[in-house]
Amino acid sequence: MRQQWVGRPLPRFEDEALLRGAGRYLDDLDPAPNACHAAVLRSQLAHARIAKLDPSAALELPGVVGVLTGADVAELSRPFPAGVDCPIPYRAAAVDVARYAGEPLAVVVARDRYVAEDALELVEVDYEPLEPVLDPLTAAATERLLASDRSFRYGDPESALASAHLVVRERFAFPRWSGTPLECYGVVADWDEATGSLTAWANFQGPFTLHSVAAAALGLPGSKLRLITPPDSGGSFGIKSTVYAYVVLMGLASRKLGVPVRWIEDRLEHLAGSSGATARITDVEAGFSADGELLALRYDVVEDVGAYVRAPEPATLYRMHGSLSGAYRVRHVAARNRVVTTNRCPTGLNRGFGGPQLYFALERTMAIAARRLSLDPAELARRNLIRADEQPYRTPSGGLYDSGDYAACLDDALRLARYEERVAERDRARSEGRLVGIGVACIVEPSISNMGYITLARTPEQRAGELPKSGNAEGASVQVSPLGGITVRVATAGQGQGHATVCAQIVADQLGVGPADVEVITEMDTSTSAWTVSSGSYSSRFSGVSAGAVLRAAERVAAKARRIAAHLLECDPDDVELAGGRAVVTGSADGISLRRVAGVAHWNPEALPPGLEPGLQATAFHAAPNLDPPDADDRIASSAAHGFVADVAVVEVERETGRVLVLDYVSVHDAGRLLNPLLAAGQVRGSFAHGAGVALLERTVYDADGNLLTGSFMDYLCLTAPELPPLTTGHRQSPSPFTPLGAKGLGEGTTMSVPAAIGNAVADALGRDDIELPLTAPRVWELLA
Amino acid sequence: MIPIEITVNGRRYRETVPARLLLSDFIRHTLGLTGTHVGCEHGVCGCCTIILDGTSIRSCLFLAVQADGSELRTVEGLAGGGELTALQRAFRERHALQCGFCTPGILMAAVDFLGRHPEPSREQVVGLLSGHLCRCTGYEPIVEAILDAAGER
Amino acid sequence: MKPAPFRYERPETLEEALGLLAEHGEEAKVLAGGQSLVPLLSMRFARPAVLVDVNRLPGLDGIAAENGHVRAGTLARQSAFGEAPPVLERVPLATEAVPHIGHFATRNRGTVGGSIAHADARAELPLALVALGGSAVLASRRGRREVAADDLFVTHFTSALEPDELLVETLWPAAGPGWGCAFEELALRAGDYALGMTACVLHIEEARIAVARVAVGAVTDRPTVIPEAGELLAGEAVDATLAREAGRAAARAVDPVDSLHASAAYQRHLTGLLVERAVLRAWEAAL
Repeated sequence: MRQQWVGRPLPRFEDEALLRGAGRYLDDLDPAPNACHAAVLRSQLAHARIAKLDPSAALELPGVVGVLTGADVAELSRPFPAGVDCPIPYRAAAVDVARYAGEPLAVVVARDRYVAEDALELVEVDYEPLEPVLDPLTAAATERLLASDRSFRYGDPESALASAHLVVRERFAFPRWSGTPLECYGVVADWDEATGSLTAWANFQGPFTLHSVAAAALGLPGSKLRLITPPDSGGSFGIKSTVYAYVVLMGLASRKLGVPVRWIEDRLEHLAGSSGATARITDVEAGFSADGELLALRYDVVEDVGAYVRAPEPATLYRMHGSLSGAYRVRHVAARNRVVTTNRCPTGLNRGFGGPQLYFALERTMAIAARRLSLDPAELARRNLIRADEQPYRTPSGGLYDSGDYAACLDDALRLARYEERVAERDRARSEGRLVGIGVACIVEPSISNMGYITLARTPEQRAGELPKSGNAEGASVQVSPLGGITVRVATAGQGQGHATVCAQIVADQLGVGPADVEVITEMDTSTSAWTVSSGSYSSRFSGVSAGAVLRAAERVAAKARRIAAHLLECDPDDVELAGGRAVVTGSADGISLRRVAGVAHWNPEALPPGLEPGLQATAFHAAPNLDPPDADDRIASSAAHGFVADVAVVEVERETGRVLVLDYVSVHDAGRLLNPLLAAGQVRGSFAHGAGVALLERTVYDADGNLLTGSFMDYLCLTAPELPPLTTGHRQSPSPFTPLGAKGLGEGTTMSVPAAIGNAVADALGRDDIELPLTAPRVWELLA
Repeated sequence: MIPIEITVNGRRYRETVPARLLLSDFIRHTLGLTGTHVGCEHGVCGCCTIILDGTSIRSCLFLAVQADGSELRTVEGLAGGGELTALQRAFRERHALQCGFCTPGILMAAVDFLGRHPEPSREQVVGLLSGHLCRCTGYEPIVEAILDAAGER
Repeated sequence: MKPAPFRYERPETLEEALGLLAEHGEEAKVLAGGQSLVPLLSMRFARPAVLVDVNRLPGLDGIAAENGHVRAGTLARQSAFGEAPPVLERVPLATEAVPHIGHFATRNRGTVGGSIAHADARAELPLALVALGGSAVLASRRGRREVAADDLFVTHFTSALEPDELLVETLWPAAGPGWGCAFEELALRAGDYALGMTACVLHIEEARIAVARVAVGAVTDRPTVIPEAGELLAGEAVDATLAREAGRAAARAVDPVDSLHASAAYQRHLTGLLVERAVLRAWEAAL
């Protein structure tokens, strides 16, 4: 059957409601009538013993329902499990000791949020200050704060480094930052004492592995934690995966106080107490031959995950494990990964998830090597890029790249950027004393995470005795009503990516209808949706695996519809085609409407072909291939699909002020087949803005005592329109052999590449290697001064 | 508690509110007009922007009692029950929204802005957007959509 | 982020407003545009017992030229002020400064008087008023007084307003022939508080500077005139070298402290640079 809708730049069906203000975000819903409102009492200090926490005055305030304290949390729940055995247990609220400024100490529940905040001020807290640790290297040298220390070795990096013509040894620091969705966290929790179960509505993102983490903390089988996400979510970028901790906290408050509890996080709480990307220090050793072949790479990484190892951490480190060698053919790779805790808010998923940190170190290293080898950086990259005829390509650390001509993408980017002209212009500008620089970044963008990669944080010996983890799967349902209406239900819990539109496109092609004829239910309910632990929208997995599940379910419904139609039309099902809302016999005028087929399936099962079940619906699961658990040598295919991004940045640094002006930015992507080019462009642009944000402005800052200095949107500087660099994009489409529609993720690539490319350009402009992000005017000026 | 009378999108409301109730909370939770969103409650993000007596303002920086006697427009009032406006259509065509959380505030600011600057330059539109955070779209499609809508007027 | 309880008063007349301020003194807070105050209420950094909403006081939003200055009622909104014909014609410094204040929707609501009375050392309008040598009229039950801008700003967030006083209007000296001005600031993002800011006002007679006022903000605890820069310029014709010297004089005169986004050294350097640029532009404008 000819596909017509997938691949088209169709505007979104979602927009009609959103543009009318008729979206349904969490705080727009009133799912548990008579819910009381919660406010969270948070630690003022980064590290302190809570000597006293006395809510009695708060309880006296009219309108206050009750208070849940850290002691209650300890009594009613267990610590959250995580990927490593951490000496410091993590719970939904601090028990005895607070370990970051902003950590929940108690929850006050009242008639409304205003009164709840009044009551917060009446809770008496006595702190006994403890010494905070903010420096990750200090933490790495402190046994109690070193949560994990693993070393990996692939090939023979020592020999390769020893024989190298050039060894680059550099340290790179990547700052902590956050995607800061504009809708903050929200939870409505309703504990049912009769059944001992919790129903929670939350703008939780997934992965739904974290549903199991939350249920384990509550001591419930998953069936007694019903988690429902609303149809709309105001952005997440990874950040809302951590809502689960507050599902538990509010669930416990509801349980203790016997009322439904509603908590809408405010922006100050969000910046202090939600989540963020890890800060990372990476020491790189990279060996090169005289003609620029990258021979060996060695990383020594210290990853700061904040006060606790909070699931899914330390996943930020391992998400990229199969891509330690980036886009390059290097065969000898080593890494030491240390995960440390410091007195900052715990980290978690954030757009790019490990990619920005890895590629900043790797691509800065490549640029430094190019300079030391007197090679053009684009030429150095080209000499090392994995070749198209090597695909699918197995990386030294076990990654399995799928498709793509990386060098061709790079050439596209150089052409779009007028690279040679730009280089000449730069050299001319330099001779006039201007600070112009060009940066290149070539990165592989993994998508569809292997749920098993996190087990790399444990040794092969530890893993041997445990349930292996692997794969990435998603479920979806398609049903056709007795009147022929088509409904799709997905468990992606998206946050604005346009899943409903793309699902409608996919199903429309399979059932021979228009996408406007397909209703897509994006509300996720763990009690009724078809889902797996890997459900959710993260690791850019929708187009590869979620779309696959929708396709499989639609294929099954289509096959059944053809069988029914064939029976009614007295022909072979293979001769039935679904098109134009009808089932027609190929090459003839005979046919019946899809509505009629559905009607028969529902109303007249006696007319169905013998042995066929009544009804017209299917639930299907699709699992991405090749995602085995890590092997005994710690190799893992950490993702199922791999796109490629080649970027060129041209900058000028204003000598007098240190301001970085991005004159031109070109980004060329190969993300396989684009299911909807309009939406794909939106993902690339949005990802670019996040990458540019962390390159130029955004950073979460704590002072030496662990106080958060970027605690409001006046201090945490999200990129706005006037600061946005100009962007030119290009696309190639090398279908992935590993996804049903040939699509790969593309929502994170530029967040991974832009910090590296702009960093390289600024380093080139300044002629020095010690640049640090974000490259704000004052910080760049300090380098010039 | 203070009695107030407010007209929103042409409909008159009489309510009694506490002095400290923020207008954003009043619109969302007292009136149930949840299209107006709250993203920071300190005036930076722009999500809660509405039109009060013809001028766009941040509803989180305004008390409900202050709006007594005023006429408000919120995103729900743009198209009413009818077709989307040219501005709304331009947002859809340009894919100028993803999660949609910032969108109502930007639409309301843009309505006011285009009323006063019917033929804006790109730079002016970018300047308008300095007061609105969007974390999904990378802004450019929003700039294009507003310019498209200006061109259609 | 919800305000603590307060009593809300909305006087209909100036007399009533001044009576409320006299009655409640430091317990009261005046609510004008609210663009600074309401976030402080929501964060509970400000907790007045009584909020006196002056927005409905009649006759306090006018903008008019008279006797060598432009008189702006305290309730004139920032956006209206920046685009008002008398301001466009006679106070170009204010027109230059206004677009740096916040954003479109906050300028719609934020008032000129509120910005002056708030006395934020990082705010644009106080700096412009100081550079121009303007003044403010303060009213109370005890009477009215006009306070020169130089004397109005005491320190960050503190003005010479007594608790029972309401700022009712500001007076912006008009520029005539031979006057030139320039406003310069650098912020990390459009509309943010500046890392450095300066306003320069020059009067030229016979191709020499007769009057020079250079003021800086953001790096000082209040908008501050830099007399060293003015003295350097007086009697001279501006060229690149002199502008740079004026900038250096300003940089030497300020004593910033490290902030979240910029070191003291940067703020000092930037102040010098912005003064240099402003002096050059003001000179061009005055010629």
